[in-house]
Amino acid sequence: MNRLPKVREFHSPVWSEPIIMEMGSKGARGILVPETEEEIQAQVGEAGSYIPPKMRRKATPQLPEVAQPQVLRHYLHLSQMCLGMETNIDAEGTATMKYSPKVNEALARLPGMTAIHPCQDEDTVQGILAIIYSLDLFLREISGMDQFTFQPPGGSMATYTHACILRAYHGQRGQDAQRDEIITTIFSHPCNAATPATAGFKVITLMPAQDGYPDFGALQAALCERTAGLMITNPEDTGIYNPRIREFTDAVHAAGGLCFYDQANANGILGITRAKEAGFDACHFNLHKTFASPHGSFGPGCAAYGVREELAKYLPKPVVTYDGQKYHLDYERPDSIGKVREFHGNIPAVLRAYAWIMSLGSEGLLEVARTAVMNNNYLSKMLERIKGTVRYYAPGKYRLEQTRWSWEKLTADTGVSTLDIQRRMVDYGLQSFFMSHHPWIVPEPFTPEFCESYSIDDMEYWAAVLKQISDEAYTNPEIVKTSPHKAPIHLVSYDALDDPAKWAITWRAYLKKKGRSILE
Amino acid sequence: MQKGRDCGHPYIPNAAPEIKAKMLQAIGVPDVETLYQEVPEELRLKEKLKLPRPFPSEHALKKHVKGLLSQNQTCEDYLSFLGGGCWQHYIPAVCDEIISRAEFLTAYGGTPYSTFGRMQAQFEFQSLMGELVGMDVVSEGSYSWGTVAGNAVRMAARMTGRHAVLMPRTVAPERLATIRTFCASVSEANRISIELVDYEPETGLMDLADLKKKISADTAAVYFENPTFLGSIESQGEEISEIAHAAGAESIVGVDPISLGVVAPPSDYDADIVVGSAQPLGVHMNYGGGAFGFIASRDEEKYVAEYPSWLISIAPTAREGEYGFGFTRFERTSYIGRDKAKDFLGTGAGLWTIGAAVYMALMGPEGFRKIGETIIQRAHYAIDSLSRLDGVKVVFPSNAFKEFVVNFDATGTTVQAIHQALRGYKIFGGLDLSKDFPELGHSALYCVTEVHSREDIDRLIHGLKEVVGK
Repeated sequence: MNRLPKVREFHSPVWSEPIIMEMGSKGARGILVPETEEEIQAQVGEAGSYIPPKMRRKATPQLPEVAQPQVLRHYLHLSQMCLGMETNIDAEGTATMKYSPKVNEALARLPGMTAIHPCQDEDTVQGILAIIYSLDLFLREISGMDQFTFQPPGGSMATYTHACILRAYHGQRGQDAQRDEIITTIFSHPCNAATPATAGFKVITLMPAQDGYPDFGALQAALCERTAGLMITNPEDTGIYNPRIREFTDAVHAAGGLCFYDQANANGILGITRAKEAGFDACHFNLHKTFASPHGSFGPGCAAYGVREELAKYLPKPVVTYDGQKYHLDYERPDSIGKVREFHGNIPAVLRAYAWIMSLGSEGLLEVARTAVMNNNYLSKMLERIKGTVRYYAPGKYRLEQTRWSWEKLTADTGVSTLDIQRRMVDYGLQSFFMSHHPWIVPEPFTPEFCESYSIDDMEYWAAVLKQISDEAYTNPEIVKTSPHKAPIHLVSYDALDDPAKWAITWRAYLKKKGRSILE
Repeated sequence: MQKGRDCGHPYIPNAAPEIKAKMLQAIGVPDVETLYQEVPEELRLKEKLKLPRPFPSEHALKKHVKGLLSQNQTCEDYLSFLGGGCWQHYIPAVCDEIISRAEFLTAYGGTPYSTFGRMQAQFEFQSLMGELVGMDVVSEGSYSWGTVAGNAVRMAARMTGRHAVLMPRTVAPERLATIRTFCASVSEANRISIELVDYEPETGLMDLADLKKKISADTAAVYFENPTFLGSIESQGEEISEIAHAAGAESIVGVDPISLGVVAPPSDYDADIVVGSAQPLGVHMNYGGGAFGFIASRDEEKYVAEYPSWLISIAPTAREGEYGFGFTRFERTSYIGRDKAKDFLGTGAGLWTIGAAVYMALMGPEGFRKIGETIIQRAHYAIDSLSRLDGVKVVFPSNAFKEFVVNFDATGTTVQAIHQALRGYKIFGGLDLSKDFPELGHSALYCVTEVHSREDIDRLIHGLKEVVGK
């Protein structure tokens, strides 16, 4: 292995931008909007005459008045103070931060995508329906499931969709009241606990066995005549793949439950292994993760949710069908759970995923998976040599995705925490690592994931920054604890966030509270 | 690096054989296969995935996908009067410019330091929207109007401990179906029943007598919309809120925020929780993918405690006078609370939130006033002109904002047939209501916005005259 590269100098732009509400001056305009033609004005009269008097707006909204160049510059400055994946080496684990090809962006911005309305007649949108249907077919092949919907606009909504389908499935079998328990694991994404709870299920969360693997004994103990289903990820949050997964799904089926596979991130196993063979009845993929649609500052995402044939009738409506000549939107689905969101889903993400698969094919997808797994294990080799790191669980086993690490040794030695290191990374121009979903079973956690988009140089650079921060922790811990120093802002005082007297979730609330504190 | 058949794919830098060999050696395995030893043999795929051959170049890929998209007939090629929950408004070029920035487009969560800019932009969305709706707390953008309406109803149910919600029969069918999903529950104790309140046949507004009849001690909330799905400005907001409050229920209002430069904000008629779609504010329709919603309320702890959403708060930093940001009461959310959380949270609509912030910043108070006036005047010009056509009737003509119901019963023709014929004029007629609102006969919901000029409206009138005159 090479010696790690030298860490570069970096400083984030610091624009000290005002809040937009503080900007501009009276009479400034950011955009001219179309004005009503004189003939129309003459014919219909004042707009206000069509608004019932008590429904007319009395007080002008206190929006800023800012001209166009200044609005543009303000938001360009804000963008410069945001580390997008494409502008740095972003290894946020479980998030599958990969390259979103620019050609797919260019395609998603064509009017054939942006300027179509979801209620147009089928025969005016045959192109987009063909893309939706084709991606459905591709994902059937990739997962072994029998039909997909793209209606859920994010991963959590896909697990919610599953919980709703489970509710319908058991309900139709007259077991609704009886089968009201969902089993998940603590290392599955929190939405696998939250969304079935929202759908009214009781949730049983299994703790891992001593070695970090899901505990089969605990699963057996939890199964009973109330079990509605299992909802889990694999590899889990830790990156550990559960090799006994088929025993888990078989046991749940034997107890009368169904099995859902949260494959938000499936990057390491594309073309290697599938939901079907592992015994799952349903699964989902986040198109904004594994399938290269961009994350968009936390959305819009799109989750492809797929099921075995037996469950297909419950899918939200409409689904896209093909009769050999034309594509159709099928709304006539009496057993459907209805809608989880208006319309058909975040279709630009479907378009990008389609284009991504069509640029790679089956061998390309396999290469994606194999390279991602190789990258993650290569990173492990570098990280284990950094002072103060501990790779948690399953010694000697390879990880198939992200890897759960701990700084507990470094924290014990130096008092520097994973939160401190997370901030300090920004001083080197790197996106902060993902720590862990909650609760933190692993102390002082961090969870890097390098998918296929990163070069060996990128990974070595990333490791070099972590090594540098570890060295700082041992030699000059204060610089890490008081970080960031080269970021857009300094350490935030979080006390205000949870205090009703101090939190300010809008500018108007801020002005009121600031005014009050001055008066006190 | 790229040679012969072994050449690396441009999206996969380490696929080149030399690099791979070096990395595998460092890991200490003979091949990548060894890294998969945890996946049992019986779960391994034995064959290659059956997928189409990939395109050999970016050029070929682009040509293919462009070809597919060109089979769509767009609302730029056609003159469209479709609305009903997804609306065609003008998108300022600056909005597209900002949401195309790689820094925003490809960021994810990060921290208040690494993605500071997106947090400020999203706080600005909350602040700007707060001015429009007249509320001190606004969430970041979420999935859609329907999903946030579902969240708001659940908030009210938790706050009141009650299990029923009343809403007008005019709620958009797609939205209502989404709200129904959120109100269902495996557990009987947590189920929320939805009862629909009649509307007055002359105005399309809520029938207050029916509301009074149906409201009870188990009503958690009255949810209503402004403008209504059928297009009218609901003028009885104050009375509806009063009836809700008298029964100990919350008043939840769904709004189209583009109306709020001229129409009173829900805070003026005592709404407790406000939801709505922000897609009209600078986000393309995207075949419905542009939909996104928000939740707002007064700044009271009992409301804040029930939001499932991201709530970005401004906060001081170690440097005097510097603005920082963080999440308020994050333990509410499913990221911390798991099954004990307030509903659930996940990847939502961050980029659209930023786009809408840019839109509101560009528009300012004058822009919102002007656009509201333009929309109303043009809509009423269309209503006027349509009403003069033989056999065509606008059902609730007086209080329309941008949408209105056009009835074709007297033409003796179906909506479908009329719209099919209109396509010959390169016009998409409005949303067909005949299935969801059979009492309205052969009717369609037409939408007129600032993008529809007088010429456009005249073109519709001309087309319809020929179509129904035949």
